[in-house]
Amino acid sequence: MKLSVDEERCCGAGACVLAAPEVFDQRDEDGVVTLLDSDPAEHRQNAVREAAAVCPTAAIRVTA
Amino acid sequence: MTGPVVRLPLPTEDPLAPPAAWETLRRQCPVARAALPSGDSAVYLTRYDHVRQLLADPRFVRPTERDDAARIAPEGAGGAAATGSGTVALPDRGEPHQRWRRQVGRYFTVKRMTALRPGMVRLTEDLVDAMVTAGAPADLRAALGFPLPVYVICDLLGIPADDRDRFSHWSDAFLSVTRYTGEEIRTAHGELVAYMSAHIDAKRARPAGDLLSTLIEESEADEEAGEDGEEPGREPGLSHDELVATGMGLLIAGHETTANMIGKMVAMLLDDRGRWERLVKDPSLVRTAVEESLRFDANLGFGLRRYLGEDVEIDGRLVPAGSTVVCSMPAANRDERAFAGADDTDLGRSPNPHLTFGVGPHSCLGQALARTELQVVLETLLGRLPTLRLAVPVEELRKTEGLLVGGLSEVPVAW
Ligand code: SF4
Repeated sequence: MKLSVDEERCCGAGACVLAAPEVFDQRDEDGVVTLLDSDPAEHRQNAVREAAAVCPTAAIRVTA
Repeated sequence: MTGPVVRLPLPTEDPLAPPAAWETLRRQCPVARAALPSGDSAVYLTRYDHVRQLLADPRFVRPTERDDAARIAPEGAGGAAATGSGTVALPDRGEPHQRWRRQVGRYFTVKRMTALRPGMVRLTEDLVDAMVTAGAPADLRAALGFPLPVYVICDLLGIPADDRDRFSHWSDAFLSVTRYTGEEIRTAHGELVAYMSAHIDAKRARPAGDLLSTLIEESEADEEAGEDGEEPGREPGLSHDELVATGMGLLIAGHETTANMIGKMVAMLLDDRGRWERLVKDPSLVRTAVEESLRFDANLGFGLRRYLGEDVEIDGRLVPAGSTVVCSMPAANRDERAFAGADDTDLGRSPNPHLTFGVGPHSCLGQALARTELQVVLETLLGRLPTLRLAVPVEELRKTEGLLVGGLSEVPVAW
């Protein structure tokens, strides 16, 4: 699984951090998403898919 | 657009149930014509895909008084939140809005909310203690649902929670659709502006490390940096009026919606005791149960208005520029096309991309705060009062009427 985030779209809602705290974080300065792990291990992939699905701005891209 | 005109708000059979009309609308008339309490007409969307797509489209904005949009409230009865009134001095769209949002949004990150959690747990424990001491039956809304979010947001903003009865009146007036007269709304609005303005001045004189104090300090620093030309590229800070509007907006947003949601969540989970018992047995379901309660809530209120500045095609139909669209998030949240078994609660549902907080660049700024509060409340109640039950039959719960946001006016419980 490969992950990327679009900082421009992100509105800092943090839904991704709640769903997958090991993979996503937010910058202190503006609440914008940061990626802690762009190639998450198998056991985290469900949480990551959930994060991408619940992101209100579709700022998270999951490929393969 | 063909089909009948739906009159909003739609009637329901019992206080927790969705209006029967949603199902038919989603199936037969997902782009419906609706008459609002003002008498104006709007387009009413009930399908998940349509609501999601329209809310996320940056071309369609929240209407303000400047737009010729359909009004929700009858002349004079609408609070600022229902009319999009210009007295709220915040940049409401585009790049300036984004900038404001990031300035304020960093105070609502998950990390910060997690840091506030132990405090929220203590507060919740204290409120539950007081409720238990007073004895059953109790009104969960008055004992816990209302005070908790008010204490938390007051703490964040650095304002005294002792003023909460006044806030509550101001907040209702702000969210009024039909509850108040124009005169009452203007008075309440003026009082709230004066209160917040005095509060900002006091913080300016004596900063205290809370959200508003910090925003004031940063705004002053930005101004100086800008004047000296030291950092010409630096973003301008917030003006006094913007600070007042920010304080008001957060106070009101942090107030009514979460207070309502706590009551509705507990009522929905107790409506079928099997749900409650399952959670008592397996508290690891708290996070997903909170999301499912948010999805399942049929009483979110009016839905979000969008003003179309250009023609748009929805479901093969042309909705012309100048139309106002009301997006029903709760109807979308019950759409079978998006959620398997949409009419049943699934406490472990995952993913649960409900639209309760909105979507797109305007999606709720305080959602991590709301989620944390709801999780804390549910966890605490499950642990402290596993025998909790509704003290009246569900049909006897009463809904709040006449406000933009919906809730239950009382949630009687026993244990
Ligand atoms: S859920 Fe989406 S919008 Fe919210 S912080 Fe994560 S990436 Fe940004």
